[in-house]
Amino acid sequence: MATVIVAGGGVIGLSIAWRAARRGFSVTVADPSPGQGATHAAAGMLTPVSEATYTEKELFALGAASLERYPGFAAELTSATGEPTGFRRTGTLQVGYDADDLAVIDELHALHDSLGVPGRRLTARECRGLEPMLDPSVRGGLLAEADGSVDPRLLTRALLAAAARAGVQLIRQPVAQLIHDAERTRPGQAPEAGSDAERTPPGHAPAPGSTPAGTPGARPQQGIRPGGVRVRGVRLADGTELTADWTVLAAGWNSAAIDGLPADCVPPLRPVKGQVVRLRAPDGFLRRTVRGIVRGSSVYLVPRESGELVVGATQEELGPDTQVTAGGLWELLRDARTLVPGITELEFTEAIARLRPGTPDNAPILGPCPAAGLVLATGHFRNGVLLTPVTADIITDYLETGRLPEVAAHFTIGRFHGDHPGPGTRPEAAGRPG
Amino acid sequence: MDDPLVIAGEEFSSRLIMGTGGAPSLDVLDRALSAAGTEITTVAMRRVAPATGHSVLGLLAGHGIRILPNTAGCHTAADAVRTAELAREALGTGWVKLEVIADERTLLPDPVELLDAADMLVARDFTVLPYTNDDPVLARRLEQAGCAAVMPLGAPIGSGLGVRNPHNIELIVEEAGVPVILDAGIGTASDAAIAMELGCDAVLLATSVTRARDPERMAGAMRHAVIAGRMARLAGRVPPRRYARASSPPASAGPQSG
Repeated sequence: MATVIVAGGGVIGLSIAWRAARRGFSVTVADPSPGQGATHAAAGMLTPVSEATYTEKELFALGAASLERYPGFAAELTSATGEPTGFRRTGTLQVGYDADDLAVIDELHALHDSLGVPGRRLTARECRGLEPMLDPSVRGGLLAEADGSVDPRLLTRALLAAAARAGVQLIRQPVAQLIHDAERTRPGQAPEAGSDAERTPPGHAPAPGSTPAGTPGARPQQGIRPGGVRVRGVRLADGTELTADWTVLAAGWNSAAIDGLPADCVPPLRPVKGQVVRLRAPDGFLRRTVRGIVRGSSVYLVPRESGELVVGATQEELGPDTQVTAGGLWELLRDARTLVPGITELEFTEAIARLRPGTPDNAPILGPCPAAGLVLATGHFRNGVLLTPVTADIITDYLETGRLPEVAAHFTIGRFHGDHPGPGTRPEAAGRPG
Repeated sequence: MDDPLVIAGEEFSSRLIMGTGGAPSLDVLDRALSAAGTEITTVAMRRVAPATGHSVLGLLAGHGIRILPNTAGCHTAADAVRTAELAREALGTGWVKLEVIADERTLLPDPVELLDAADMLVARDFTVLPYTNDDPVLARRLEQAGCAAVMPLGAPIGSGLGVRNPHNIELIVEEAGVPVILDAGIGTASDAAIAMELGCDAVLLATSVTRARDPERMAGAMRHAVIAGRMARLAGRVPPRRYARASSPPASAGPQSG
């Protein structure tokens, strides 16, 4: 049985682990606190349309592909575990507060048209008909009926349960280092593997070609360059070594900090801080995700069946800082209250800051890299929860067949080394209509 | 170099200064900066931490662009001085684009706090480039306070309304002994050209490029517009006339008839 180590137990790492285990791989996930990174703060909006921009059309397509897979993904998880995910497909209403904001909504509408997405432009009255708690000053909006949302904390719980049932081992430790071929041959380096019962390594890498016929998994040497590095597994923070045929890097913005990454495999990541507020709302307070542009700044409110109302999110380029600040909360609540004045009466339950794994083009880094045996699934930035199902499918397909599905073609790390243009190339028609 | 922009004794060949705010991604910003050919970029110190590698500041370092930290978001002189000090410590530059705004709605400069802050920062040996109203008197007072340039607005930040009071900009240019940099309000290329034709030494813009549908292409447009406006200013425009005058009069024996 081919073995896989997944570094990182957020929604991305866990879903890859679950899917891979279901396809017959022997999988271990290493994360000191699964689901406590960016996943823990995420609002769980599934809004590829509302997040689209002219310079990110390929990313929009990937998001749309992932949203398409969500109903099946969520249903499968729930049927495997009995756990809910909070998945709902109630749409997104995006509104503009003043005339300038409405102009931004119109620009967004034009973008949706150019993407071939049916978005309905609504008058102020129509917006308030859908969401009576909206402030009467709201000028108008745009309805994206296909959008959905999920509760990332429930999703994490369901994924943990599903992964455990599928035989995935969870080790509550961070991955400190990758183990290369060359290093393994050095004497006196490796501590006793498997000395701790709870940390049983998933297996030793078999010699190439030794996998019995019929077991799943492409051999990692596919695509190896002459003289290239082969990754054989990882070393955990306490020195334990785990060997595996495949190592999947899914540790969010920390993915680049793991020692031993060959230079051409280092994902270009930066932490982008997001602050999020959680409130508790009565039933029916808001029926769908409401996003607003309020005097030029953006805010969203995501209601859940549980009554939780998530208000987010700041976007701050402050390095690895997770302080919740007065200014961050004030901006969120100011804009949320401007759109939905009734929020002032709601119970405040939480304020939290986490770090998104940002990439230069805002798109994730998926699939193989020049080091054999190493697969990347990181850099999901603002879209980790949305891109979870498609990422899990892409990575497990690759592990199984050695081929990257077409939908992932734009998102390999090669785009940062000049292999192909990648997403976010020049938009074709930039002229404004009229 | 030919016709350099000189600020506080330092020479720059590009007269287009770009802000980084509003870019959809680092990659798009990267390409826009290249297309703009800018040599100075302003960065909000409250939104960006000093970090190298894959960050805004790392990107700027890669381009060899001078970073002009700004005090965006400050409402008081004390706040602005504190932010400037943090920027000097973090980035090792004494240059600061001084912004002290009066309110969130208009983002207009608060003239009294601005002048106070300029006084304090000059006393602390900063090289101060204040974002100011298009008020010739305030511009004069800022120059007297020791600022290295004055940066009058064309229109409110992010509005894209162009140069709303060209007459005042001309008055500021006429009197100024330091560079005049038109800051804020540029919507499209012709606005940048107009600012340069009015005699501004440089143009600072962000939104018109970073929030354009195709930021890279708009950055290229701005680069050419600034060059065109500068050349037109130096060339000297013809006086406007009420009535037509044929460019090649039939009776003329001048070279243009040949």
